[in-house]
Amino acid sequence: MPSKEEDRCMENIRNFCIIAHIDHGKSTLADRMLLTTHTLSERDFKDQVLDNMDLERERGITIKSHAVQMDFILEGKKYILNLIDTPGHVDFSYEVSRSIAACEGALLVVDATQGVQAQTISNLYQAIDHNLEIIPVLNKMDMPSAMPDEVRDQIIDLTGCSREDIIEASAKTGYGIDRIMKEIVRKIPPPKGDPAAPLQALIFDSVFNSFRGIFAYFKVFNGEIRKGEKVKFVATGRIYDADEIGVLKIKFQPRDVLYAGDVGYIISGIKSAREVKVGDTITHVSRPCDKAITGFEEVKPMVFAGIYPVDADDYEELRASLEKLQLNDASLSFVPESSAALGFGFRCGFLGLLHMEIVQERLDREFDMDIINTVPNVSFKAYTTKGEMIDVHNPSGMPEPANLDYIEEPYIIAQVICRSENVGPIMTLCIDKRGTLKNQLYLTSNRIELTFDMPLSEIVFDFYDKLKSISKGYASFDYHMSGYRKADLVRLDMLLNGEMVDALSSLIHRSHAYNFGRRVCEKLKELIHRQQFDIAIQAAIGSKIIARETVKAVRKDVTAKCYGGDITRKRKLLEKQKKGKKRMRQIGTVEVPQSAFLAVLKMD
Amino acid sequence: MAGIYVHIPFCRKQCSYCDFYKSTLLENKKTLLVSLMKELDHKANYLEGDRIETIYIGGGTPSVLSIEEINLLLSKISAVYKVSDKAEITFEANPDDLNKTYLERLYNNTVINRLSIGIQSFIDRDLRLLNRRHDSTKAKHAIRDTLKAGFSDVSIDLIYSIPGMSMDEWICNLNTAFSFNIHHLSAYFLTFEPGTCIYGKLKNKEIDQVKEEQSLEQYKKLIEIAEKAGYIQYEISNFSLPGHLSKHNSGYWSGKKYIGIGPSAHSYNIKTRQWNVSDNAEYIMKINQNRTYFEMEHLNLKTRFNEYIMTGLRTKWGIDLKEIEKKFGTEFYRLIINKALPFLKNNDIEEKENHYFLTSKGIFIADYIISAMFLD
Repeated sequence: MPSKEEDRCMENIRNFCIIAHIDHGKSTLADRMLLTTHTLSERDFKDQVLDNMDLERERGITIKSHAVQMDFILEGKKYILNLIDTPGHVDFSYEVSRSIAACEGALLVVDATQGVQAQTISNLYQAIDHNLEIIPVLNKMDMPSAMPDEVRDQIIDLTGCSREDIIEASAKTGYGIDRIMKEIVRKIPPPKGDPAAPLQALIFDSVFNSFRGIFAYFKVFNGEIRKGEKVKFVATGRIYDADEIGVLKIKFQPRDVLYAGDVGYIISGIKSAREVKVGDTITHVSRPCDKAITGFEEVKPMVFAGIYPVDADDYEELRASLEKLQLNDASLSFVPESSAALGFGFRCGFLGLLHMEIVQERLDREFDMDIINTVPNVSFKAYTTKGEMIDVHNPSGMPEPANLDYIEEPYIIAQVICRSENVGPIMTLCIDKRGTLKNQLYLTSNRIELTFDMPLSEIVFDFYDKLKSISKGYASFDYHMSGYRKADLVRLDMLLNGEMVDALSSLIHRSHAYNFGRRVCEKLKELIHRQQFDIAIQAAIGSKIIARETVKAVRKDVTAKCYGGDITRKRKLLEKQKKGKKRMRQIGTVEVPQSAFLAVLKMD
Repeated sequence: MAGIYVHIPFCRKQCSYCDFYKSTLLENKKTLLVSLMKELDHKANYLEGDRIETIYIGGGTPSVLSIEEINLLLSKISAVYKVSDKAEITFEANPDDLNKTYLERLYNNTVINRLSIGIQSFIDRDLRLLNRRHDSTKAKHAIRDTLKAGFSDVSIDLIYSIPGMSMDEWICNLNTAFSFNIHHLSAYFLTFEPGTCIYGKLKNKEIDQVKEEQSLEQYKKLIEIAEKAGYIQYEISNFSLPGHLSKHNSGYWSGKKYIGIGPSAHSYNIKTRQWNVSDNAEYIMKINQNRTYFEMEHLNLKTRFNEYIMTGLRTKWGIDLKEIEKKFGTEFYRLIINKALPFLKNNDIEEKENHYFLTSKGIFIADYIISAMFLD
C-alpha cells in the first residue's frame, strides 16, 4: 500500500477522459488500460467493463459514465490515473461537458479505418474549451483497411498537433498502449487546486444502486472532504451526511478523506437520481465555498412523447416503472396525461431521440411493460393574444387558434460530416427539413463538414434514418440548441370515421402539412385492418379536410376447407386473427393497431 | 361412434394448387402399406373401444391402390377395430383412374360404399392450370361410369374462383355436375397456399387472383343453384341431396373421435389432437423403429370450446347454447352470448331454438365472426 503522503501528492494524479465516436474503440482501450495497470486481472477480464448495462453493450454505446482509478508506475514513481468515462451520444452532450470539466487531459481516439466523425469534433471542441491537454490516438492500426495517412491529416487539421504527437495504436492487440500510458503521465498536467480552501467538488455523474441508493461521482477542485462530514449540494440546497466516500477501482474502495485533485464517490442516503444534479457543487455546511463551480445547467428535456399502457389496467404499474427508471435516470421527466384514444398515460420528456428509445426499451426489458408510444414532438412556446407564454409539450395542449398570437419552435445548429459524393443529397435533405446551410468546410479532399441552421422538430421524425441511408452510414451528425424562433405551425388532426384521434395529431410546419397529411392517410390505410364497414381516414387542419383514404369493408372472409387435419391449423389461424384484434385500440367503432400510432415515424 | 381416416400419400402427378402431403415416388407404396398396417395396430386404443361408423380413404390419390391393396387395408381395419355393419366407407378417386374394370371391382369386390371424385372443373383450360391428369370428357365419363357401376353415394369436388373462370363458365360447371344427379358436392374456392406451384405463379405475376367481389358472386351463385337443384348446404363448402351428407366429414364438425393413419394424418379423441410426420421415409422409418411418429397437443377447455364454435358455426346445425352451458359451464355460456350480440344485431348470426347459426349473409364472413367469438 502506498503511504498517505504519496496519495496526497497532487503531482502524481492524472485525470483524463477518452473522446471517441461510437465503435471507435473507447471501451476496448479502457479495458486494455485496466489490464496494463493490473487494475483488472486477465482472469476477471470481461469485455468492455465500463459499459455495464445490457442495453449499452448491445448498442455498443456508453450511456452512463463512470470513473475508474488505476495505479501506474513510471520511472519508479507511482501515479494515480483517473479515467472518467463519457457518454458518446449527442443526447448527452451536457453530461459530457461535466465529465470534461473534471479532467485535465483527454485521449482523442480516432478509428484509423473511419476517420473523424461529427460527434468527436463537438466533444473535442468542448475539451479544448476547457483547456484539456489532448493526446491524439490513431486506433485500429491492426486493421487492413486502416488509412493512417488520411486520418492523421484530419487529426492534425483539427487539433493543430504535430504528426509525431499522434500515437499509433490498436486497443485490440495492445499495440501502442505503453506509449499512451507514458504520455498520459508526461503530457497531462496534474490537477490544480488549493487543499486548504473551502471544499468545492464537481458532481459529474451519479449511479443508482438498489441497496445503497445514489452514488454520486465527483472531483474535488479545492479543499478536502472527510467521511461523516455534513455537506451541501449547492444547486439543490440539500444537506447530507457523507456516509461513505471513496474511490472506484472496479470495486468501490472506501476512504476516510479525499483531497483536492482526487476523483471519487459519495454515498449519503440519497434515494433518487433527481436529487443529484450533474454539474452541481458539493461544499461543506460549516465552511461553504463562495461560489459554485461554473457551468451548471438544469437539464431540460427537448423531446416529448406519450407513453401509454397497452392494457389500461397497467397504468399504475407503468407509473411505478417510470418512477423506478427515474431513480437512475434524472433526465427523464413525466407527467400524467390522458388521451381520448389511448386512455390514461404519461407525457414523457427526453433529452433526445436516443434517450427516448432507451427509455422505451428499458420499460420493455427491465419492467416487462407493454406500451404504446405516440409520435414524439419538441417543446414549443405558444404566445397567447394576452401576451402569456405557454410551454406546449403536446399537440392537444396548443391554445385555441382564436387565443393564439404566435408559436415559437426550438432551432438547432446541426453539423454533418460526410463524404463529398453525398453532399448533394444531404443538402437536399436538410433544405427539405427547413434547414439553411451556414457553412461548408472541407476537412480533407473528400470529407466535408456542413453546418445547418434548422428546426429541432425536423430531426425528431426520421432525419437520422434518412441521413444514414443517403450516406450509406458514412455521414455523422451532431447538433446543439440555438434558441427559439417564430414558426408557422399548424395542428394536423387525423379522423377515423369522422372521429378525431388525438394521439395521432401533430404540430407541423404549414408548408409540409398537405404532403404529410396525405402520407399519413396512406400509411394508416395500410395498417388499419378491414372491418365490417367502410372506414374513412381523413387528415384535417381545423375543420378543413386535406386528405382522405378509405379502408373498404370486409366482404368475404371465409375459409373453404376445414376437415380433420385442418382443424388444428385452422383454429390456430383464427386464434391469430383474434390475437391481432386484441392488440388493437378501439376508437369509436374502429379498431386501430398499435403500430398506427407510430406510423408517421416510419414513413419514407 | 368414431371414424378412421387413411391417408394415401401418393399421386401420379402433382396438382398445382394442392398443399396436402403427397409424393410421386410410387415405388415406396408397398413399404408404406406395411407401415399403415402397423399404425392401425398402434392406434388400437386411441378411440377407447368406440365403434367405427365411418372410414375414409383419402389422399393424395387412393386410386393408385389396387383392389387387393385396398382390401388388405380394409380387412386390417375390421380385424383391429369394431366396425359397424352400416359403416360409411368412402374412397377418394381421380377421374383418370376410374376405368370401368376398376369401378366394377371397387363396387363388387370391396366394402366401399361411397365414392368421392376429384373433378374440380369441366373446363379443360382450368384442368390444365390446376395440372390435373384428366380432361373434361374423362371427368364426365368417370361420373357416369361410377353411377353405372352401382354406387349410390357419389360425391364430386369442384373448384371456383379459378383465374380466368367466368361466371357463365362456373354456372355451366354447376349445371353439368347436377345434371348427373350426383349425391353430394364439395365446392371450394381456389386458395393459393405457400409452396404450391400456383402460388409461385401468382407471385411471379403469371396469373392474377380472382377479385374478391367476383369470388363472392360465384359463391353466392353456388348456393343459389345448389338449392334450386334440391341440394342442402350443410356446411360452408358442402352440399348434398337429403340423406346423402358425408357422415365422416360431419364427424369432424361435430366433435366425433377419429384416428388418422398415414403420413400427415391427424387424430382426435376429445382430450388430444395429434398429427403424424409429413414425410413418407421418416414415417416408415419411425414406425418400423417404434419411435414417436407424431406430435400431440392436449386440448384444454378453452381450446375445445373454440373448436366447438369454429366447427359448429360452419354447419347448418350451428352451435347449441344448452350444450355449451352443460359442457363448458355458465361462464362460457355468458361470454358467448355477449360476443354474439353485435352479430345478432347485424343479422350475421341468427338464433333459433337455443342454437346460433350463421345467416346467409354471415356465412361470407364466417372467419371474421368465428375469430371474434373465440375466447382468449
